[in-house]
Amino acid sequence: MNDTLPRWVDIVLIPFINLFLALLVSGLVVLLIGKNPIEALTILVNGSVGSSYGWGYTLFYATNFIFTGLGVAVAFHARLFNIGGEGQAALGGLGVALAALSLNWPHWSLALPAAVIGGMLFGAAWAAIPAYLQAKRGSHIVITTIMFNFIASALMVYLLANVLKVPGSASPETARFVEGARLPNAYDVMSFLGFSRSTPLNISFFVAIAACVCVYFLIWRTKLGYEIRSFGKSEPGAIYAGISPVRITMIAMLISGGLCGLMAVNAVMGEAERLVLDPVQGAGFVGIAVALMGRSHPVGVFIAALLFGALYQGGAELTFEMNGMTREMILVIQALVILFTGALDNMVRGPLEAVFVARTRQPVPPVPTTPLTGGGHEEEKKVEP
Amino acid sequence: MSASDLAIELRGISKAFGPVQANKDISIQVKRGSIHGIIGENGAGKSTLMSILYGFYKADAGEVFIGGQKTEITDSQAAIDAGIGMVFQHFKLVENFSVLENIILGAEDGALLKPSLAKARTLLKKLADDYEMDVDPDAIIEDLGVGQQQRVEILKALYREADILILDEPTGVLTPAEADHLFRILQGLRDEGKTIILITHKLREIMEITDTVSVMRRGEMTATVRTADTSPEQLAELMVGRKVLLRVDKTPAAPGDVILEVENLRVVDGQGVERLRGIDLQIRAGEVLGIAGVAGNGQSELLEVLGGYARGTGTIRINGQEIDLTGTASDARTRRARGIAHVPEDRQREGLIMDFAAWENVAFGYQDDARFAPGLLMDHGAMRADCEGKMERFDVRPPDPMLAAKNFSGGNQQKIVLAREIERNPDLLLIGQPTRGVDIGAIEFIHQQVIALRDQGKAILLVSVELDEIMALSDRIAVMFDGRIMGERLPAETNANELGLLMAGMTGEDAA
Repeated sequence: MNDTLPRWVDIVLIPFINLFLALLVSGLVVLLIGKNPIEALTILVNGSVGSSYGWGYTLFYATNFIFTGLGVAVAFHARLFNIGGEGQAALGGLGVALAALSLNWPHWSLALPAAVIGGMLFGAAWAAIPAYLQAKRGSHIVITTIMFNFIASALMVYLLANVLKVPGSASPETARFVEGARLPNAYDVMSFLGFSRSTPLNISFFVAIAACVCVYFLIWRTKLGYEIRSFGKSEPGAIYAGISPVRITMIAMLISGGLCGLMAVNAVMGEAERLVLDPVQGAGFVGIAVALMGRSHPVGVFIAALLFGALYQGGAELTFEMNGMTREMILVIQALVILFTGALDNMVRGPLEAVFVARTRQPVPPVPTTPLTGGGHEEEKKVEP
Repeated sequence: MSASDLAIELRGISKAFGPVQANKDISIQVKRGSIHGIIGENGAGKSTLMSILYGFYKADAGEVFIGGQKTEITDSQAAIDAGIGMVFQHFKLVENFSVLENIILGAEDGALLKPSLAKARTLLKKLADDYEMDVDPDAIIEDLGVGQQQRVEILKALYREADILILDEPTGVLTPAEADHLFRILQGLRDEGKTIILITHKLREIMEITDTVSVMRRGEMTATVRTADTSPEQLAELMVGRKVLLRVDKTPAAPGDVILEVENLRVVDGQGVERLRGIDLQIRAGEVLGIAGVAGNGQSELLEVLGGYARGTGTIRINGQEIDLTGTASDARTRRARGIAHVPEDRQREGLIMDFAAWENVAFGYQDDARFAPGLLMDHGAMRADCEGKMERFDVRPPDPMLAAKNFSGGNQQKIVLAREIERNPDLLLIGQPTRGVDIGAIEFIHQQVIALRDQGKAILLVSVELDEIMALSDRIAVMFDGRIMGERLPAETNANELGLLMAGMTGEDAA
């Protein structure tokens, strides 16, 4: 991605500086409303990672963000900006719920694969329509996926209020899943780590880690990943290499939607154990920030998801513990982190590059540049029929 | 020579982009009323130097003197005020404006256009008479040919009272006849006392028209000589830093069986314009068919449809077997399976993924090959080993498979593509602009490889806008104009003049 900077600077130092700047500015904002930023930071850190309770929630949120982050990252590799993770995860919830409700599951180990397949299928199906419109009709994927978020939201309200709700009940939610379709809590499988029953962390966390490994192999080791990355870097190049843009657009978006849909395994099956209104809670959008910050690499996505999980959990604690820290304040802090780690990346990168270049300046064979024409191709085809 | 005899003097200009020193301590004196050529390979720093002179970049160090006066050129307006006009390689014209509107654009006298337009019209008439620069003032730019558009660019500069005219690779898109016309215009301007700086990589043009020539290599000015005192061989050596063979050594072709047969091939582009209007050609084993023509006359479409990524109608047979041009079974992948390898015209956009490492690029287009993808996963070890071998055999420098494609020079990028395609042992090699943006040293090597492949009995279709290259490599030459083949010639029995007329769309009868 970048050759002037050593790899560790690109992967470790820059995100760290970005995060530091984000926290610094957040601190100023906290100061501005008359609170003590050091105290706020302490509560934030303690609340998110200071106890097994905090860790439990942090990892629970992180599980959501890993799924949506991976989904967005896979699409990024094909240079597709999937901002429909929200809707795909909502539909994934429907798939998970239908799978869980369809049978009287004897044991979770049977129900989990069914829920995984259900979540992926429904998420992928929801991504399929924007993907088809992009691939075949050229409708911009950003527009269509965001529209599909609204459609998904309306569809889920309709289904829950009219079709799926328990007869006689007033609340728009399905019946609770049977015992055999509830996932073991962290307390059940990792009690030795001190997780309490009161956190929703469950074994979907391991599904998320497995998804990271699968995405790594998919993107960097398989032929399909090679084709996806080629297409993402250069569409004319992909066509030259015999890679069909339509096929890659469809496949990348189906995988992306499927991964976003998987998030429901954690939120619907693992936590709520029933389908409720809006189980996604913005995780689809956080996934974009996670993919950006994680440089679309599974390891980066994992780390970024942990960070955002901690911010979510710590932020929630902060609203409890500190008077005057409203939910909106937490949103501001989260927004600042996204701003600095995602959008303002070049602000830090530029000066750092200058520093490293100055330190390592040496005669380098001149790279062919024609600055007047933007350093691209020396002689473009000038069409003159 | 007194200072006022100099139109431009640069002293100690340096400019770096990150780690790349694009210009290093460059000093140059350009005499008033002369045509001064600046020659150098791609990436030698010619364009950077001119961008500094035109105010696009700020030099890290150095001084600019215009007409003996030290001048700070902070932006292009300052350059225009100092009497410098620039004609870019890619024209900066508003396509749907008229000639007059384009000329006054940015130099209007007031809020109302009418007086400016009238003034421009008068001036245009005078210039047209003086310099043989006929352009219809009311024509819309997009209706004009490239040569005419270029004249508009020159007129634009003259309207702004430029005394110094800089032209960046002006003949890249012109037919030989148009180039000759341009040179006559430039000579006329010089005789009027204007100073002209001509940036080019074509030795022939330098020898033909310039009074003095400066040679740049790797960001440095290696020499400034009087054109009359030098030779193409000496300039080439100054550009590359070693002796260069400007001729291609080859034996007469020994054509074998027909490999490629094309009949009535037609291609219609997205706008509904017919780009290929019935092409017929054949190539035999062991011969090079060169397609000459000005860029944009259908050569790219010919390569694309043969390479499998543009739709067309007609018949293409390879080794006597017809290729399916319809439906989804027709793509670059199936073409490769039929023994067609393709070195595309634009290696940076198509032939390579610039962000991929070299080793990843050796599988590009051949990702289905069992050697690279034996099972579910790709065999990175095999790809790296293959890349190392190719780099050694094709003298790619630096021979580092881990380096991203974008960090190789143009010539070495081309060698990677060439190695990938040639080592597939294809029956037919399509090769477009093989030496565009390639340094002279690598040109020699690439030409040798093409001839070596021919001598192994392969059929080669060569497309190039460089007439010299077509003449040097081809066994037969077909000239394309407006989607048609205007005629076929043998290199020994033709010359640049005749080909130039065909390139301009005139058949033998018209020319006579």
